Amino acid sequence: MSSPSMFHPGQQPAAPQQPDAPTRRGTKSALLDPAILGPAVKASFTKLNPATLVRNPVMFLVAAVALLTTVLLARDLATGAQGTGFSFQIVLWLWFTVLFANFAEAVAEGRGKAQADSLRKTRTETVAKRLTGPMVARGAAVTSFQTVGAADLKVGDHVVVDAGDIIPSDGEIVDGIATVDESAITGESAPVIRESGGDRSAVTGGTRVLSDRIIVRITAAQGSTFLDRMISLVEGAERQKTPNEIALNILLVGMSLIFILAVVTIPGFAAYAGGTVSVVVLVALFVTLIPTTIGALLSAIGIAGMDRLVRFNVLAMSGRAVEAAGDVDTLLLDKTGTITLGNRHAAEFIPVSGVTDKELAEAAQLSSLSDETPEGRSIVVLAKEKYGLRGKDMGALNARFVPFAAQTRMSGVDLANENGEGGIQIRKGAVDAVLRHVTALRGSQPVRHPELEAITERIAKAGGTPLAVVRNDRVLGVIYLKDIVKGGIRDRFAELRRMGIRTVMITGDNPLTAAAIAAEAGVDDFLAQATPEDKLALIRKEQAEGRLVAMCGDGTNDAPALAQADVGVAMNTGTQAAREAGNMVDLDSDPTKLIEIVGIGKQLLMTRGALTTFSIANDVAKYFAIIPAMFAGLYPALNALNIMHLATPQSAILSAIIFNALVIIALIPLALKGVRYRALPAASLLSRNMLVYGLGGIIIPFIGIKAIDMVVTAVGLA
Amino acid sequence: MTFNGILQIALFAAIILVLTRPLGGFMTRVFNGENTLFGRVFGPVERGIYRICGVDETAEQHWLTYAVAMMLFNLVGALVLYALMRLQALLPFNPQGQAAVAPDLSFNTAISFVTNTNWQAYGGETTMGYLVQMAGLTVQNFMSAATGIVLALALVRGFSRRGARTIGNFWVDLTRATLYVLLPACVVLTLFYVWQGVPQNLLAYTEATTLEGAKQIIAQGPVASQLAVKMLGTNGGGFFNANSAHPFENPNALVNLVQMLSIFAIGAGLTNVFGRMVGNERQGWAILAAMGAMFIVGVGVCYWAESQANPLFASLPVDQAVSALSPGGNMEGKEVRFGIANTALFATITTDASCGAINGWHDSFMPLGGMVPLVNMLLGEVIVGGVGAGLYGILLMAIIAMFVAGLMVGRTPEYIGKKLEAKEVKMTVLAILAMPLVILVFSAISSAIPAGVAGIANNGPHGFSEIFYAYSSGAANNGSAFGGLSANTLWYNVTLGVTMFVGRFFIIIPALAIAGALAAKKSVPASAGTFPTTGPLFVSLLVGVILIVGGLTYFPAVALGPVVEHLQMMAGTTY
Repeated sequence: MSSPSMFHPGQQPAAPQQPDAPTRRGTKSALLDPAILGPAVKASFTKLNPATLVRNPVMFLVAAVALLTTVLLARDLATGAQGTGFSFQIVLWLWFTVLFANFAEAVAEGRGKAQADSLRKTRTETVAKRLTGPMVARGAAVTSFQTVGAADLKVGDHVVVDAGDIIPSDGEIVDGIATVDESAITGESAPVIRESGGDRSAVTGGTRVLSDRIIVRITAAQGSTFLDRMISLVEGAERQKTPNEIALNILLVGMSLIFILAVVTIPGFAAYAGGTVSVVVLVALFVTLIPTTIGALLSAIGIAGMDRLVRFNVLAMSGRAVEAAGDVDTLLLDKTGTITLGNRHAAEFIPVSGVTDKELAEAAQLSSLSDETPEGRSIVVLAKEKYGLRGKDMGALNARFVPFAAQTRMSGVDLANENGEGGIQIRKGAVDAVLRHVTALRGSQPVRHPELEAITERIAKAGGTPLAVVRNDRVLGVIYLKDIVKGGIRDRFAELRRMGIRTVMITGDNPLTAAAIAAEAGVDDFLAQATPEDKLALIRKEQAEGRLVAMCGDGTNDAPALAQADVGVAMNTGTQAAREAGNMVDLDSDPTKLIEIVGIGKQLLMTRGALTTFSIANDVAKYFAIIPAMFAGLYPALNALNIMHLATPQSAILSAIIFNALVIIALIPLALKGVRYRALPAASLLSRNMLVYGLGGIIIPFIGIKAIDMVVTAVGLA
Repeated sequence: MTFNGILQIALFAAIILVLTRPLGGFMTRVFNGENTLFGRVFGPVERGIYRICGVDETAEQHWLTYAVAMMLFNLVGALVLYALMRLQALLPFNPQGQAAVAPDLSFNTAISFVTNTNWQAYGGETTMGYLVQMAGLTVQNFMSAATGIVLALALVRGFSRRGARTIGNFWVDLTRATLYVLLPACVVLTLFYVWQGVPQNLLAYTEATTLEGAKQIIAQGPVASQLAVKMLGTNGGGFFNANSAHPFENPNALVNLVQMLSIFAIGAGLTNVFGRMVGNERQGWAILAAMGAMFIVGVGVCYWAESQANPLFASLPVDQAVSALSPGGNMEGKEVRFGIANTALFATITTDASCGAINGWHDSFMPLGGMVPLVNMLLGEVIVGGVGAGLYGILLMAIIAMFVAGLMVGRTPEYIGKKLEAKEVKMTVLAILAMPLVILVFSAISSAIPAGVAGIANNGPHGFSEIFYAYSSGAANNGSAFGGLSANTLWYNVTLGVTMFVGRFFIIIPALAIAGALAAKKSVPASAGTFPTTGPLFVSLLVGVILIVGGLTYFPAVALGPVVEHLQMMAGTTY
């Protein structure tokens, strides 16, 4: 998936390790975890610091009026005024409202904090063996190094890491190959292979080398390593408000301003009718009207959204990226490893006329006996199953294996004849490469082979990859390699289509093959014979048309596209360049996870929208509770609006403010878990959510306030 | 309610529906600068105007330049109007010798006519000479209507353009709106009104002797020409004090129908312009459907409330039943030639559409009947609305609706392919804050200070409604009076002047900023993940947001006005 050139038999990189199911960590509910609850309760109070509160304008307003009423209450208590019991309860619930909001945020942060702590433990004081002397030659034995603290390493230093050592900082392997335990970062215990060159050369500080020795060039200074970034991300230390959150906050502040106007003008209206309204009652009305529910839960929703990704083993570098994921219109997916299984399998031997099946099968088998790639092995297996050809001993045959080379784009075998002289050359490879090979052998004009070309086209149309087989300059036929489309992937694409997301398959295959696989997998479009430049151009084109593009990649040549995409998910197994370019890193290196990432992004936005709607819809009931109570003395006729039949004016106001505070606590689980997202067309999603959170938001407080009123009256609070 | 009455309301709605598409098509062609029949006739005039004024027809403006041009134009208009009123005693065409208008009243009236409000703290026939009526008030009737239309156009261009820096040219838009839309229609309407008996002359008032031998002054003047634009431009300022209840200003049922139609015609047509310009007429129809739903409910409630017998009259010898000779219900303050259905319909239309002309006395409506015009204005005059103002008003509400709804479908909110982000939300919120700011604050102060309470005619909640209605009418740029409030005082002239200014320009300028921001954006192509804004779900969402935002803002004030008045009336309490 790194360099989608035409064809690479024999050098198909092994598919990245894919766990069967994405690892989930910490699925335990945060609300039931005492390790989170304890600190959260404490944080609810420390967050009363005005400097912290001011980040949340709605709750800041609540705190301000709570303070105002507290001062008024103190004055009333000092002067021995009447009715302080009622005022006291209102003041108490006002403070509870603020505390509940703080608590919601603290609980959301708690899970990340716990995870950050466990990550910090792995970042123990590591020592590094820094190479001394001039740049070490490749492959040369390590002669001298000095032991320094990891903190002293600079970017560009070279260190040697032996089996059992912890890699001191992020870097790139310049020499060697090793198995590395990355469980500290990924949570996945199976070791992974890292080697110099290619797309698997990046190593992460804090992971442990299990075998062999590698030389690593340091690419990140202490404090800016992947682990450091991961800690600050899961901890939420660098949390910035996302664009959408900012816009929503503006709306909430606007609503609050409207309610300030609605409430501060009431004394004027009351004065006209010859009465007054107490400040405590006005404050109670104000606090119940302003969107405290969403205001209290807004930051918790954002933190929980990031956290949901982390538990999915995806690290988003910014909240903006998570939001953008919900907006994605086009998903670019690499064919290999994402849509199809990483390996192709030989499905059939198709000889040209004048060659028997068996002859071709034999040649194919011989050329593949030492070919350890999955394709090569599948050819041997097919030859055995279909033609009963047993494996032969290469040594006994005097055979010399010719591995795949990028220049020839062929692999094969040279067989010595009885005299031990070079005799038979069997080659297999891409059709055009093989024909070029034949041309070279014959030293003639470019060789054409219409029958071979016809077979090739037929295979390509069916979505397969043709491998031509020649013995010396004689074309024998074609091995039909088949791509295996992953089970269930078709349904996932159908689901994406229902979400309104277009999938584009990126492949190095020729257009015919690509079209066939695209049809089988059910993607909407494909880009064949794609070069990294093509990929970048496609992303730019989609973006110019106003679409948001998501893609995943792991190779260095994916980096420009990853950086250009609105959502670029880099595989953790990928190169350092790719990981720097993307705005998310998938620790499991599972490209199909893009689909879940989109879902999580959508869920984040939906939860905000749903709770905003709920919050505003709640106000209807609160007006019906408080307005009749407020003017009960002035206009008894207004009691007709007391449709909940709340017991007394005091109980009505108290019930409204208690409901307003308790609903925050009640909705914390929803804020943390997120509104359930289903892949439905937007209109059905909206009507469903409008019904639940809009209509529900109107009805529920009528029931809730009435119930609280009954309790308040029964207990005798008002 | 009678079948006949319902039929008349249905007839009105049907004619508007039929007019919407042709008018929309015509206006779209005009504003896109395409060739029209008028274009060939008035083309030289248009180009002549540009040449005289030094306007480069092809130069487009950034939203800020557009806004500055609009503000300067309106400022000059207000100053000229103010000067005309202050100097009218010295000027010609004043056969009645009307004196100079007082400074505070001139200030109030100048703002009133420039902002398309046409709040009148004066009686036309006793205050304004013909020159002021024609060169001052009527000119502003055209200009303020054209300003509203071009502002809506600018916002529509914000939606329809992609990656654009400009939103049109104010001077070109203004000239075309006046020359091709307002003027030709007004010429035709004026001729029609003259034919139907509306005066159009420059004579001094006629002194007549009545049958009883009493002396009566019969006011007249260039009424028909002002009447045409008064209705078509949703201005509403009457030539006479009694407005369209005056027999010279509304002689018969046919004229009444044409007047009502001309209030809605351009506003409804503009929804179609919107649809056409954004490339999908159904977008326009969805907006009109939301307006239509609220209109039907409003007129239904108003007609129902006025058809009810007043319970306080039950014990008196008053016949309130429907019969062949009586429409039944509450006939107080209504013209017998229009009856209950046409008065309720007129009252609903005029307040839906920021017109403010009246053909009956809103002050005399039943509490709930009178609540309908009040609520119509409080909702921001988005039900068809003032020419242009209604469209940009409802588009702002649509932005709020789509912002919340867009979140609920899991995407960054968008409307007509434009992402709604912090800037749009900020400007929309600013615009939405303008009305409550002036309505609530000034109503509260006026209810509490002697200068405010001095003007009211009734005690109790009804008196409060009079104050509340006045500021609502001013802020919504409606201009209709509930009646009962003596508003020609320094306090009311100044505060209502400020109210009208804020209600107009504190919405227009943020709307232009939104237009500029939207025009610069790319357009997001629609997909299955995009919430379609052409269906019933969008319509109900939009209506819901308008009602909830309006309802939550004004619930306490409305409860203390018409609601409590109604409840007390049912309980037999009067003041």
